[in-house]
Amino acid sequence: MSDVPQRVAIVDYGTGNLYNVHRACQHVGLQAAITVSPEEVLAADGVLLPGVGSMPHAMAFLDETGLSDALRSVAERGTPLMGICLGMQMLMEQGSEFTRHQGLGILAGEIVRFPSRDGNGTELKVPHIGWNSVRRPSGKTEDPWRDTPLEATPDGEYMYFVHSYRVVPADPRISIGVTRYGGAEFCSAVARGNVFGCQFHPERSGPHGLRLYREFARRVEAWRQVAPR
Amino acid sequence: MITRIIPRLDVKGPNLVKGVHLEGLRVLGKPEAFARQYYEQGADELLFMDVVASLYGRNSLLELVERTADEIFIPLAVGGGLRSLDDIRGVLRAGADKVTLNTAAVRRPEFISEAARRFGSSTIVVSVEAIRRSDGSYEAYTDNGREKTGLDAVAWAVRAAELGAGELVVTSIDREGTGKGYDLDLTERIARAVPVPVIACGGAGTAEHVAQVLGTGAAAASLASLLHYNQARRYLAEPNQFSPEINVAHLQRPGFAKVQDIDLIQLKAYLTDRGFVSRPLVAHV
Repeated sequence: MSDVPQRVAIVDYGTGNLYNVHRACQHVGLQAAITVSPEEVLAADGVLLPGVGSMPHAMAFLDETGLSDALRSVAERGTPLMGICLGMQMLMEQGSEFTRHQGLGILAGEIVRFPSRDGNGTELKVPHIGWNSVRRPSGKTEDPWRDTPLEATPDGEYMYFVHSYRVVPADPRISIGVTRYGGAEFCSAVARGNVFGCQFHPERSGPHGLRLYREFARRVEAWRQVAPR
Repeated sequence: MITRIIPRLDVKGPNLVKGVHLEGLRVLGKPEAFARQYYEQGADELLFMDVVASLYGRNSLLELVERTADEIFIPLAVGGGLRSLDDIRGVLRAGADKVTLNTAAVRRPEFISEAARRFGSSTIVVSVEAIRRSDGSYEAYTDNGREKTGLDAVAWAVRAAELGAGELVVTSIDREGTGKGYDLDLTERIARAVPVPVIACGGAGTAEHVAQVLGTGAAAASLASLLHYNQARRYLAEPNQFSPEINVAHLQRPGFAKVQDIDLIQLKAYLTDRGFVSRPLVAHV
């Protein structure tokens, strides 16, 4: 047991709006630092990869600075890792914003843009902006939110979304949250072990979003107690 | 489609102000207090507009954004006088989630695409402020409605979306601050012409006005007087909660603003009854 406060690294890739992620961490009592250092990411008890920005720009930065390798290492090691919005998308293998390019490849799947028309031919506004309901996907035998930061969230809770692209996981088992837009469901949360990603912005989703940060903080604390030093 | 209600707070230095047709500004109170109240009443986002947008006032705006972001966990869009990528970075750093651009984007439209590439399209909102011409078309204005651009507002909105704006705020200067209702024709023309969400702004005086504009295809309704005057009247009823430096005599004059006496919670309940889906009210603990 250590008395040193847990430390969370918020990965700074030069574009995202990290400051409100930092504020949400502070609000739930999580010691967090915004960093561009792969060493700090590797040493952290939890890692946040925030959202907002453009993916090619962000990935180029992560690759050049060595942060990509650090993120893949922490994912493998077991450190709680939460990707938000663009951060969730970058966990995947490949994306397509502006140009086709590689993601971090921590989870298998790709990023596709919302179509400009829905299934009935009605115009669909893109980006999808606003509050929308996050549900458990149907057909799961076990509760997919158990042991994830969504654990304490009521099914169907409204969260705030801002995005033009959506994640399509290669393995449907990692899709743990779905949301409807334009008459179809898209994957709004993914999880595999210590890796969690949400398409919405919990730091902008009022009290329910802050609860998700609290749950993440609990996981960070639990990991800190058992993490190899 | 889930609709959004976005209180718009025009700020001048440390104060919340409100005018008519974007002019004749009066001080209503401290923006933080209004913002906090709207957050707790279920606002879906907040929009801060620095109406003076002077270099001198910039620090005061950034401090306001910081103080607000510290305690309010819903999206915050900030605009007014942002001219460079560094300006945008500054307000994002202070706690804004999105920025709104008007004057700088009209002067150099490529600024929209540069900003979208740098910060992501969904961070960049272009504000289209329009006045109806005698032939029924609309002209875009800049500098808080002071400068004509010669641009057709609908064509400019289309171009702004093509250049990478993730969202548009469409303000009718004719209606702004009047409480006579949104310019439905302007809103509908632009909402039909662009692929991105449109936030209608300017003129809300009743809950019915809000329902009307959401029926035109606007994804969100922004409102100021309708909420602010109600809120300010409550502050008047509880004088110890109200800063004495603020002159609110104008609020007590009959007919100052013909707005319905309704708060955000009542407005959202009304919209739900009218069939608009909106996020349920959340208990703040």
